[in-house]
Amino acid sequence: MRLKGRHWFSKTGLWLGLAFLYVPIISMIVFSFNNSRLVTVWDAANSPTLKWYGELFANDQIMGAAWLSIRIAAMTATGAVILGTLAGLVLVRFGPFRGRALLSGMTTAPLVMPEVITGLSLLLLFVALQQLIGWPQSRDVTTITIAHITFSMAYVTIVVQSRLAGFDNSLEEAALDLGAKPGKVFFRITLPLIVPAILSGWLLAFTLSWDDVVVSQFVAGPGSTTLPMVIFSKVRLGVSPDVNALATIMVLIVATGVVVSAIWMRRQERRRAREMQMAVAANK
Amino acid sequence: MARRPLPQPPVRLVGGRLGLWWQLFFRFGPPRWTLYMRHNWAGKRLVIAVPYVWLLLFFLIPFIIVFKISFSEVRLAMPPYAPLWEWVSERAVDVRLNFGNYLFLLTDDLYVSAYLYSLKVAAISTLFCLLIAYPMAYGIARSSPATRNLYLMLIILPFWTSFLLRVYAWIGLLQNNGVINKVLMAIGIIDEPITMMQTDFAVFIGIVYSYLPFMILPLYSNLEKHDFTLLEAAADLGASPIKSFLRITLPLSVPGIVAGSLLVFIPAVGEYVIPSLLGSTDQLMIGRVLSDEFFANRDWPVASAVAIAMLLLLMVPIMIFQRYQARELAGAK
Repeated sequence: MRLKGRHWFSKTGLWLGLAFLYVPIISMIVFSFNNSRLVTVWDAANSPTLKWYGELFANDQIMGAAWLSIRIAAMTATGAVILGTLAGLVLVRFGPFRGRALLSGMTTAPLVMPEVITGLSLLLLFVALQQLIGWPQSRDVTTITIAHITFSMAYVTIVVQSRLAGFDNSLEEAALDLGAKPGKVFFRITLPLIVPAILSGWLLAFTLSWDDVVVSQFVAGPGSTTLPMVIFSKVRLGVSPDVNALATIMVLIVATGVVVSAIWMRRQERRRAREMQMAVAANK
Repeated sequence: MARRPLPQPPVRLVGGRLGLWWQLFFRFGPPRWTLYMRHNWAGKRLVIAVPYVWLLLFFLIPFIIVFKISFSEVRLAMPPYAPLWEWVSERAVDVRLNFGNYLFLLTDDLYVSAYLYSLKVAAISTLFCLLIAYPMAYGIARSSPATRNLYLMLIILPFWTSFLLRVYAWIGLLQNNGVINKVLMAIGIIDEPITMMQTDFAVFIGIVYSYLPFMILPLYSNLEKHDFTLLEAAADLGASPIKSFLRITLPLSVPGIVAGSLLVFIPAVGEYVIPSLLGSTDQLMIGRVLSDEFFANRDWPVASAVAIAMLLLLMVPIMIFQRYQARELAGAK
């Protein structure tokens, strides 16, 4: 009972913190329906309006950049999941091998590496490679994707690693002892176990790539302008209402996705619990 | 796992001279490659090699190139730096190491003050982040498991929406004719708008806001493991809540504090987007200096030297973070 006082304090802190997190987002959503071009002046007579949404979809530059960003993000997420899963698997399951420390260092360093450094170093690599072997001929979608895979695979590795570390390898060992080949063991046992981690790793990598402006600015060439680069150059000049509309759409998509996945995960968990109960009952 | 003998290839079917080729085919050929993988290191090596080579090529080697270029001289060409070594004759190499870029960084006031300013901004933002995140993480850890997930979802949700747009949202709030000033004036607390945009305050807010989930999550995962009966015991023995917090909870949560602080501090030092959108143009942060040096001045060697200096500065915190991360993953087993 005496502990209750501090509990109240932390609860208040929690709610204030959540307000701090959501007030800017909510204000952005509200002003996306504002008629006035001056973003902060609420034009009560003509609002709410969908005018800025119309302008957003009519803006070819933004739409083109968005499509480019989606393509890059999807490729990045897929590449990062493949490489990140392999790296996570190697780090957790393969035991000690020569150079393990370096690999583990290289997978955690990108998590905290300032983006300007990553961007600069990758651009200098591409320039050096171009001189040395003539590839990449120009800086475009390929170079952006490679750069994005490199910094986002670290996140996938961490997610996969912590999921794998949660299971002991008795199932895999059993399968191996029963004569399954390592490839089969991976696809039939390890992979299904880490599917949730792979899914969230894919989404995480997608978001990181979709969101990145600094690294892209370094490794993008003329003609490959991603959506964040367009937004960044736009909002450097001040607020613009169609960006508010864009933000609202993105928040909506993300919120739906998160809620749906939460419901799905809860359902999965319930199903698993039920199956466990049934298995226990059947064994009695 | 015990090694088992390889299955004997059906030599008898072919026999004679072809037998050897048959054997080699079975050893290295496609039909039994998985078995081969299982009994030898080659398959494992391949699995290790794929991420390894990628990271070497696209993460480690770039740093070596940056390091190399930081010692070269700028010149008007593409690429705009002089090579470090040139073959003068067949046997003589002319190596020109230029420490001028680093000397320039040390002597020019702009760079030193940008570094110090970046460290200051990152440190203050990290502190504020910790002060806001700790009660939040504690509140989540002490709530019931069902609401816990809801809170965590609420914390992570903004993280999934665009970082750039969330920073942008603050422009609308902090402007002179922005929401905060409007509200404060309507209530009557202030008579004229407070200038908040393009100040250090705006940069602190931006960093704290964007990095808050990175502070909350490690703190939460630490606090969640605490045995709260310890606190009850302390209370039963007559300790005040503040004392038991300082003597029990705080010391136990040090690993979470360290991890969260590093996750905020290290990227914040090199932050580029937030100071560009919210900060002043009088005092630049080092990330901005690097990018200006590169894009505006096209001085690649100095930009590289700035990057290397920043890396050296962050080397110790990055290594502490890696050690923590490794221990955390080992502990999860």
